[in-house]
Amino acid sequence: MGGMAAPQVAPVETPDTDEVPAPDRPWVTIVWDDPVNLMTYVTWVFQKLFGYSREKAEQLMLDVHHKGKAVVSSGARERMEHDASQLHAYGLWATVDRS
Amino acid sequence: MFRRRGDRYVASFAVDEVRVLRKVASEVVGLLTDGFDHSDPVVCRLFPEVYPDDAPGTAEFRRYTEGDLKTAKIDQAGAILAALPGDGGGDVRLDAEAAEAWLRALNDARLAMGVRLEIKDGTDLGVELDDAVAEDPTSSRVFQLSVYAYLGYLQESLLNALID
Repeated sequence: MGGMAAPQVAPVETPDTDEVPAPDRPWVTIVWDDPVNLMTYVTWVFQKLFGYSREKAEQLMLDVHHKGKAVVSSGARERMEHDASQLHAYGLWATVDRS
Repeated sequence: MFRRRGDRYVASFAVDEVRVLRKVASEVVGLLTDGFDHSDPVVCRLFPEVYPDDAPGTAEFRRYTEGDLKTAKIDQAGAILAALPGDGGGDVRLDAEAAEAWLRALNDARLAMGVRLEIKDGTDLGVELDDAVAEDPTSSRVFQLSVYAYLGYLQESLLNALID
């Protein structure tokens, strides 16, 4: 996974990396529904990890439950991988994807 | 079941409960230490593929994060083992940090059992248990389902005590 080079209209000086700045290519952390995790626990984890309000955390939990998955955070890829590993520590089923 | 007492989270455990909790927490530790294997569906659930369509990306992620994650899961199962009373049963008193470790560890244990018991969305535990009892009341499945249900109640009581 290096990442696709962004289209360039003119030759520019580029650093020795193929990373594109996060705002150009945001990533997302997705939490998937699973039959074991308690709904109240999932809500609590969202509040705890992301500092979301009870209302927002509950809505995300319900999205996970009813739609099968929900985007819980977005931003730079490294940040999303951090979020996913935190969610894994709490036992939530999290993946990272391009938005 | 857990209740809040000041800044502590307190529960009384009978002899059988202590044994069950020690067993499930030890099993989680064992799963993470002896012959840790990603092809085991339980391990796969506790350490999900972060990029389901990108095996090299997942391997890279695991190279950097899996050691810490494994240590965290062993530590949180250890928090249960450390706080349990002796075989005679008794009280467990947890501070907020230990309570959160217990929550995560109880969740890991439930995830592991849920995979083995093939718990699905919409699985009715009462019906599963009745069916298993009808088939063979002395079976391991009856015992495992009872423990799984018990861990769910225990986790929920601790969570409610924390949120209150």
